[in-house]
Amino acid sequence: MIRVVDVHKSFGGQQVLKGVTLEFATGKITTIVGTSGCGKTVLLKHLNALLLPDRGEVLVDNVDITKLRQKELYEMRGRFGVLFQAAALLDSMTILDNVAFPLREKTEMSESHIIKKVEERLDQVGLEGMGYKYPAELSGGMKKRAGLARALIMDPEIVLFDEPTTGLDPVLATGIHQLIARTQQAFGFTGVVVSHTIPQVFEISDYVAILAGGVIEENKPTREFRASQNPVVQQFIRGEIDGPIRVL
Amino acid sequence: MLSLLTHIGRFTLRQLSEMGRMFLFLLSALMLAFRPPAKLRLIIHHIKTIGVDSLSVVLLSGFFTGMVMGFQGYYSLRKFNAESWLGSAAALGLLRELGPVLSAFMVTGRTGSAMAAELGTMRATEQIDALYSMAINPIKYLVSPRIIAGLIAMPLLTAIFDVVGIYGAYLVGVGLLGVSSGSYFSGMESSVVFNDVYSGFMKSLSFGLIITWVCCYKGFHAPPMATGVSQATTESVVLSFVLILIWDYFLTSIML
Repeated sequence: MIRVVDVHKSFGGQQVLKGVTLEFATGKITTIVGTSGCGKTVLLKHLNALLLPDRGEVLVDNVDITKLRQKELYEMRGRFGVLFQAAALLDSMTILDNVAFPLREKTEMSESHIIKKVEERLDQVGLEGMGYKYPAELSGGMKKRAGLARALIMDPEIVLFDEPTTGLDPVLATGIHQLIARTQQAFGFTGVVVSHTIPQVFEISDYVAILAGGVIEENKPTREFRASQNPVVQQFIRGEIDGPIRVL
Repeated sequence: MLSLLTHIGRFTLRQLSEMGRMFLFLLSALMLAFRPPAKLRLIIHHIKTIGVDSLSVVLLSGFFTGMVMGFQGYYSLRKFNAESWLGSAAALGLLRELGPVLSAFMVTGRTGSAMAAELGTMRATEQIDALYSMAINPIKYLVSPRIIAGLIAMPLLTAIFDVVGIYGAYLVGVGLLGVSSGSYFSGMESSVVFNDVYSGFMKSLSFGLIITWVCCYKGFHAPPMATGVSQATTESVVLSFVLILIWDYFLTSIML
């Protein structure tokens, strides 16, 4: 179970998170939605301590990860997989080496077992036979899939998805969403998705939370979220300019 | 007046804290370099990047520096009827000073800037965050091998610069200006002592550390945007040059 409690974060005097409290159900997908630049990625990066809060707690199984020592922090991060917005593949390596990288660095597995496991994961994300290519030779969608294969290679308990469909066409976006849902069912991880691709992202989410004005305005099971009468939720879902969320 | 003092105070504090961060960064990279598992493959890769890839520019600059020294040395020594000491003057100048400093400048321009740009781009494209999130320490993976490689490659490049430079001065002095080949080498043999070679070696070793440390630090902490990468690259080159010259002064004054 992951829980963030009263998390505050500022950058150079600009307060991005103003007391976020949110709980992520184990084995379910929770999606955080919100307008561009509202702090979704900042919040996501607090979950595996890539960013540390100015104030507040981030609890993973009741352990406040903001207070861990470096060694304990690295051990805790081993429980996470992350799919970054632009996939963040190491561009000096082939796709196969990228996906194999955590196994080679963090385990004692033999090279033959590593290759077998990597090819299995690449098959699962529809990249069979593409392992020899470099990230620069792949399309945006293929990079995301390779990033997902790398995020899943260590069989993580928790997977963080930072805007997994940004920049993709609607067909590819649906494909990535289905891939997330399928892999979540196959591996049973706790998923946290940051996205503003609505309503498509609702199809794969068990819970949806909306971040607005630096706080969580609403956090509900997906069906209840869609039916919520909260004006912030309604404005965001309808994409209206007028309302409590100020965009211009 | 008070506002001016406040600005100076803020600036000083900012510079001091930046220096502290840089020092801690180096300390952490050096400590991690000696913590297993050793990244031998990465070290060899970076020796290739720093050493082999800088070789052509070091050869070229070494050769022409030596030739210029041949002309300038001959011009100065002729005034005292001491042309036969050209070999000695060229060798001492190259071994003690010009070899380490100029090859360090060449490596900074050729490899150090590329190092800062590569790490800066990795920061901007979240590749460094990806390493953290895979529970891999990016300083051990990206920085420590580069520093070790710099410590190995820089003295080797300097040695090559020295040899090529001495040959360049020989070509001009003996081939063009008529200095006797025997006096060129015998002058060199009688005046160059172990301490001259040792002093050059120590300089090149410390310059290797300065270049990789500064360039890695600037790249690693580059603001995550295109201008951030270019700014980090420029700063890394300028700061490396300045630190090389300052450190050169101190080492020279100690080892003279």
